[in-house]
Amino acid sequence: MSHIGAVEPEQPQSLYADHKKVYPRAVSGRVRRVKWAVLILLLGLYYIVPWLRWDRGPGAPDQAVLVDMSHARLFFFWIELWPQEVYFLTGILVLAAIGLFAATSLFGRVWCGFTCPQTVWTDLFMWVERQIEGDRNARMKLDAQPMSGHKLMLKSAKHAAWLLIAAVTGGAWIMYFVDAPTFVRGVFTGAASLQAYFFFGLFTVTTYTLAGFAREQVCTYMCPWPRFQGAMLDDQSYVVSYRAWRGEPRGKAKADNVGDCVDCGACVHVCPTGIDIRDGQQLECIGCGLCVDACNDVMRKLHRPEGLIAFETLANIAASTAATQSMPACAERLEVGMKVRHVPKLIRSRTILYSAVLGVVAAIMLGAFLLRETVGLSVIRDRAPLFVRLSDGGIRNAYTIKMSNKAREVAHYALVLEGANTARLQVVAQNAQTDAQGRPVLETRPDGITEWRVLVTAPAGLALPQSIPVSFRLLDAAGRPVARHDSVFLGPER
Amino acid sequence: MPTKIEKDAISGQNTTGHEWDGLKELNTPLPRWWLYTFYACILFALVWMVMYPSIPIRGLTGVTGYIAREAGTAELAEARTRAEPMMARLRAATPAQIAADPELRAYAIAGGRVAFANNCAACHGAGGQGATGGYPTLADDDWLWGGTLADIRTTITHGIRNQDDDEARTSVMPRFLGDGMLNRAQIQDVAQHVLGLSGLATDQAAAARGATVFAENCVSCHGEQGEGNQELGAPRLSDRIWLNGPDVRTIEAFISNPRLGVMPAFGQRLDGATINMLAVYVHSLGGGR
Repeated sequence: MSHIGAVEPEQPQSLYADHKKVYPRAVSGRVRRVKWAVLILLLGLYYIVPWLRWDRGPGAPDQAVLVDMSHARLFFFWIELWPQEVYFLTGILVLAAIGLFAATSLFGRVWCGFTCPQTVWTDLFMWVERQIEGDRNARMKLDAQPMSGHKLMLKSAKHAAWLLIAAVTGGAWIMYFVDAPTFVRGVFTGAASLQAYFFFGLFTVTTYTLAGFAREQVCTYMCPWPRFQGAMLDDQSYVVSYRAWRGEPRGKAKADNVGDCVDCGACVHVCPTGIDIRDGQQLECIGCGLCVDACNDVMRKLHRPEGLIAFETLANIAASTAATQSMPACAERLEVGMKVRHVPKLIRSRTILYSAVLGVVAAIMLGAFLLRETVGLSVIRDRAPLFVRLSDGGIRNAYTIKMSNKAREVAHYALVLEGANTARLQVVAQNAQTDAQGRPVLETRPDGITEWRVLVTAPAGLALPQSIPVSFRLLDAAGRPVARHDSVFLGPER
Repeated sequence: MPTKIEKDAISGQNTTGHEWDGLKELNTPLPRWWLYTFYACILFALVWMVMYPSIPIRGLTGVTGYIAREAGTAELAEARTRAEPMMARLRAATPAQIAADPELRAYAIAGGRVAFANNCAACHGAGGQGATGGYPTLADDDWLWGGTLADIRTTITHGIRNQDDDEARTSVMPRFLGDGMLNRAQIQDVAQHVLGLSGLATDQAAAARGATVFAENCVSCHGEQGEGNQELGAPRLSDRIWLNGPDVRTIEAFISNPRLGVMPAFGQRLDGATINMLAVYVHSLGGGR
C-alpha cells in the first residue's frame, strides 16, 4: 500500500448510477423550427407510405412499398426484388453508412440530433408530455407531489396518449411487411395472424419504452454510434459549441468585467440529454442544437448578439480563443474573436475519401440496377452419374436447368448449346416442346422459377475430349440471346 | 476490496479504489437500470429452466411438458396430413397418369428423389449411377426387366429374386461350370463369342467355336444375336453396357458361376404413392421408355 499522499476519507461509493430524470423545457427558434419540420416530414412518410398503392396487375400486391416475406419479394413502387438480389439492400445500407460518415464529418451529429428515430419519437413523446403535464417546472412540481386524483388523471392521460402513438407506430411497422388495409381490418376483427399481433405488440412496447422512458439513456448507453463518431469528426466539422472565449467569465448581466454568459441555465434546461454544453464536447451531446435556440433567445432579450452557443467548428473556437486570450470581457473582444474565424474547409482528405467511396458504391449499385435482367438461367450439372454410357456407345450428360422469370408474363425461350465440339451434341429437355429447328422451347412461368431436366447426348463414335466446355443460352423469339450459363460436358477418360 | 478511493485530478472522477501494479481504475458508474436488466435476464433464465427441459435427467421435462422430439414428431405428422391429399392423388393414379400431369409429375420427381436416396441409392447409387458387380445403372437406356413406367413400377413393387414376394421377378441362369454343363474350354470360347456380339472379341477362332456353344446353351434366354429378353430379365449382350464389366475374365467367371442380382419387394415397405413417385423419378433419370 502506498503511503504517498493522504487517503481521502471518501464515503463508500456506488458502482451504479441512479437514473436522473431529465425535464427538458420547451424552446422556440430557428433550430426548433427545422426540427419540427424534419419530424413532421419523417413521421409523415413513416405513417403514410404503407398506404400508398401501386397497381402491379392481378395476382400481385398493390402496395407501393412492401417487404413480402411469405412470397419472398420486396416491392418498391416499380421495383420488384427477389431474395437473391438482397445485395441492393446491402448497397443501400452501405450508402447510408458512408453518407452518415460524410454528413458527420461535415456537419457533426446531424443524424443524431435531427433524424434518428430515437430522437424523433422522443421529441414527439416530449411534446405530448408538455401538452398534458405542462412545461419543465410544472412537470418537476407534479413529479414531486404525492399521488392525487389530479396527478393520476394527468399521468394516465399522458401514458394513454403515449401508448396510442406507440401502437400506431408499431402497427405502421407491420404494414411494411403485410398489406396495410388487410392488417388494420385484421387487427380489429381479430383475424390478423399471431405473428402480426406479436410484432405489433413488440414494436408498441419498444416505442413506448424507448421514447417514453429510456430516451437519452439509449443514446448514452445503448447506441454504439456516439462511441465511435469521434473518428468521423475533426476540427473543421460543425458541432454544437459554447463560445467560452466570449461567454467567460460568467456573471450577472449588469456586472462589470464578465463575459456574455449570464449563467441563466437556459441551455441546460432545454437539453434533452440533460447535459451542460458549456462543459465542452461530450459523448452525451446529440447535436440537436436546442441550446442554440435557448441561448439566442436570452441574448436577444439582453440585446446582445446571438451565437454564444452555435454550430461552430473546433478550429474556429481555437482561433477565437487564441485571438482573445489576453483581452478583457468587452464588446471588442467579441468583434476580434468573430473576425478571426474561417469558413471551414469542406474539401478535406476525409470528405474526399467519403465522397469517393460514396460515388463508387453508388455507381456500382446504379450500374447493377440498370443492367438487372428479368430472365435468369442457372445450370446445375448432374454429379451422379457424371456421365451415362448408352447402349449404342453414346455418352450422355444430364443437367438441371433453372430459369427465373421476374416478369409477370409467361415467356418462351429456345435453349441452345454453344461452344467448340458441341455441333453434334443433341439437346433434349424432358417434357418440353421443340421449335421448327428441333431446339427445345422452354416455357417459364411468370414471377417464378421453372425447372427443366435437360439431357445432352454425344452420339456413338464422336471422339470428344474427356471434358469440353459448353455454354447454355436462352434465345428469345427473335433469336437474341437473353441469358447464358457455362458448364461442361464430361465423358470417359481417353 | 477497495482500499483507497482517490479523486483523479484530470477527470475529476473518483477511482474505484482498486489498484493493479500502480494502475488505478476510474469509477464510471453503470446505470442502475442496466443492472436490473441483467437481473431480469437471470430471472428469465430461471423461469425458462422451470418451463422447459434444461436439466439432462430423464423425467425432468419442465412444467410446460415440451419435448423437442415430440414437437418434431407432431410437426412431421402435420406435414404428412398436409401432404395427404396430394399423396392420395398419387396413390390413385398410374405412373403414366402422373407423368402426364405437370403438377403431379413435379411433386412425384421431388418426392421420388428423396425416397430414392432413402431406399435405392445404397445399391443403385445417387442419381441411379449404378455400381459394377451387378447393380444396374438406372440412368442409361438399357433395362433388364423393362424400362416403361409400368415395368419400373412392377420391379419396385415386387423386387427381383427375393423370397418375400410370390410375384417377384425371377429367373435363373445355370452355373455352367459349377453344375458341369460346360467345360473350361467351352466357357472360354463362349465368352469370346459374347464379346464378339458387340465387336469386342480378341480371339476370332475361339469366338467362332463359341457360337455353337452359345446356340445350344444361351439363345433360349439371351436371343440368337444376344438381344436379351426383358420377360426373363436376360440382359442384352450385344450393347455397350456391361452389368459386371466388359473384361473377358469377368464374363468367364459369370458364365461359370453366375451371381444373380436380388432386389427387395418395396411394395412391402413403402406405400403405393411413394412407389409411384419412385417409378416416375427413376423413369425421368434419362433412360425411361
